Amino acid sequence: MNTSEQKNGLRCFYGHGIPRVKLEDLAGKLIVVEGADGSGRSTQIARLVDWLETGGHPTVQVGLKRSTLVSKELESAQKGNILSRTTLSLFYATDFADQLENIILPALKAGFIVLADRYIYTLMARDMVRGMDDGWLKNLYGIAVKPDAVFYLSVQPQELVQRNLSKNATLDFWESGMDLGFSRDMFDSFVKYQTTMQGAFRKLQKTYGFTIIDGNRPVGSITKDLRKKIRMILAEK
Amino acid sequence: MKTFAELNFPGRLIAVEGLDGSGKSTQIYLLKRWLEAEGIKVYFSEWNSSELVKAATSKGKKRELLTPTTFSLIHATDFADRYERHLLPLLRAGYIVLCDRYVFTAFARDVVRGCPPEWVRGNYNFAALPDITLFFKTDLEVSLNRILEGRPKLKFFEAGMDLRLSTDPYESFRIFQGRILEQYVAMSDEFKFVVMDANQNVEKQQCIVRKLVSEKIELRKFRRRSPLPLPPAIQPNEVRTPEHDEDLAAA
Repeated sequence: MNTSEQKNGLRCFYGHGIPRVKLEDLAGKLIVVEGADGSGRSTQIARLVDWLETGGHPTVQVGLKRSTLVSKELESAQKGNILSRTTLSLFYATDFADQLENIILPALKAGFIVLADRYIYTLMARDMVRGMDDGWLKNLYGIAVKPDAVFYLSVQPQELVQRNLSKNATLDFWESGMDLGFSRDMFDSFVKYQTTMQGAFRKLQKTYGFTIIDGNRPVGSITKDLRKKIRMILAEK
Repeated sequence: MKTFAELNFPGRLIAVEGLDGSGKSTQIYLLKRWLEAEGIKVYFSEWNSSELVKAATSKGKKRELLTPTTFSLIHATDFADRYERHLLPLLRAGYIVLCDRYVFTAFARDVVRGCPPEWVRGNYNFAALPDITLFFKTDLEVSLNRILEGRPKLKFFEAGMDLRLSTDPYESFRIFQGRILEQYVAMSDEFKFVVMDANQNVEKQQCIVRKLVSEKIELRKFRRRSPLPLPPAIQPNEVRTPEHDEDLAAA
């Protein structure tokens, strides 16, 4: 995923970026872990934080729907299922932008390692599956700073179902794509939705070139894999 | 970008734009009253009024949490909600939709706040253009005086205080409004604004507005159909109200 620019230690935004940000000041590292619910994202991030902090690296975590500005309002709007797709999309973009400007960019400036539990790619994939225009999304998320690494934990939809059910004994409305009307049956809808989402991720992978990690393996060997790759990033510069 | 007429919507959208204190809200209100009296299907929508997004916006404003980027996005979210849930279905149903501010408010304000113009325009490109955009153009001093006379306490974002143009809210407001006016003027030709001289008196302006609207839009096509006949009563001994009889007579 590293462009020649980033190998030279130069940061960039994906598009128009954020006004008045000095990219050369962003000395920290931004590491993104992407994947569906049940792909092991949170487990892996917790393990990485332990490992990094033990190794003396300061870390900060961000994720979807965690902004001070709109997380609560977004949560309650989603409960009513009255959000149309453009509204949902822009609401999430607001949530992302708030964390980008108030957490990610300041932390990078302070030399922290920022671990993002999902980033713009999940947001874009969700919107693509809902028929939003690719060019529109690219422009919207042109505010995002390009991460130092993006790991996509790929897990078979059938395995995701099992993991979600064993954890919560139910499937989430949105993670099952119930708003799309694939099926009235939540189980079928979940599998279809996650399969469609993986297709969208494959499409995004071609543009954004993230590293695909086989998430069907045991937790320990995935962690080992991630550490090895992150060690290389930390060694740069 | 195309207008709703060009996209073959049965409805039409009329937007008003201009500085705070330009009198645009009064004009669109009077236009609404007239259209209603003419029996036309009309709906009014105001900038920054979506129930869904309101809580977040007001929190952001009160606690000064907003950056130019999030200010822009939260208003786009508000607009999208109104656009998708109200404007589009109503325009499909043949309504005349009146908007107090439309995307041009974002194009002007967000750009003055420093957002890249192409980014802001791109974010709003899901929206079709109004069929008529009335730009109420006042001399800067006129609109400043109208606002500053009546409402001495200026809100933080309203005064553009986030731009750190001046530590004095009044001075900040003046500079901020001046820059927005420049943006509106720059957009006038591109988006075919009908430029209204908002320095003249209210009644005169309203005459011009009504004439213009009736020339550009074939209003009789937007009349409500005569009331539908009432369904037959279910209960034979139903009590008839005078209104009921009137409705029947009207049908």
